[in-house]
Amino acid sequence: MNRKKNTFAQWWWKILCIVLLLFTFIKGLTVKIPNLPALEETSRNLFFHVGMWMAMMTLFTVSVVNSIRYLRTFNLKYDIYARQYSVMGIIFGLLGYATGAIWMSYTWADPNNPLFQSFGALAREPKLIGAAVALLIYFAYLVLRDSISDMDKRARISSVYNIFAYAMLFPSIWIVPRLLPSLHPGQEGNPAMNFNDVIPEMRMVEFPAFVGWALLGVWITTLKIRLSLVKEKRMNA
Amino acid sequence: MRKIKSLLLLFIVLSFTTAVQAQTNEVSAFEQTMRGNGRIYVVIAVMTTILVGLFLYLIRLDRKISKLEKN
Repeated sequence: MNRKKNTFAQWWWKILCIVLLLFTFIKGLTVKIPNLPALEETSRNLFFHVGMWMAMMTLFTVSVVNSIRYLRTFNLKYDIYARQYSVMGIIFGLLGYATGAIWMSYTWADPNNPLFQSFGALAREPKLIGAAVALLIYFAYLVLRDSISDMDKRARISSVYNIFAYAMLFPSIWIVPRLLPSLHPGQEGNPAMNFNDVIPEMRMVEFPAFVGWALLGVWITTLKIRLSLVKEKRMNA
Repeated sequence: MRKIKSLLLLFIVLSFTTAVQAQTNEVSAFEQTMRGNGRIYVVIAVMTTILVGLFLYLIRLDRKISKLEKN
């Protein structure tokens, strides 16, 4: 009986993740959306492209929390947690970047201009540069962590660096892009989170989508963590 | 044994989908929805299939790691 309860506690959020993402994919394509100029049907990308960034922010936040936990307890387990969460955050960030690139090619780029001219204009987007900087800082975290062979030193240095990386995340993707002129939405606030900007029908899909993507990221990360903990145990045994 | 079972399951699912496609002379409600609305539901079916496939893979991975943890 007790065991059954345990399995339910382990599984309920994974089931929730599956249900929410299936809902996102089905409802996200069929829900009626306002026909905005230039955006048209692409507003549906709100459930997918923005979801990637929400998942990334969630994973990086969990990662930095685990780094702090490591520095408080010096338990190497938390360092492994922090590393795996930041790797998954980077993957979601890259997916967000790639999906954003596709989306902007058909909404921002002027079809009358040659591609390289459009690229010249779009590459100046502060939000793109900011996101690239943020991701590069996290790449540096991985390089730094994996280049130190002493386990305790590695954990300590990379945990401190992770806190700095998380602190840099805010100016680079939240603050600086907002201070500069940009085509990217979110200049004057949080359009996706603002209750007046998103019609209720879309909001009904949007929030489940964000939660679902974040849960998917956490799910994959827990698998990676469990695998590396098993590996660690085998190495010590 | 498990592999054979899952292959069998896959075969059954595939044959079911082809059976649905084979019914062309009478238009069922399912056919009507799949062909109406610019056939967007076909895309949804494809995307859902991919998503379900990925989820099944994740669940299998999860189970395998659980087994590894026990030993």
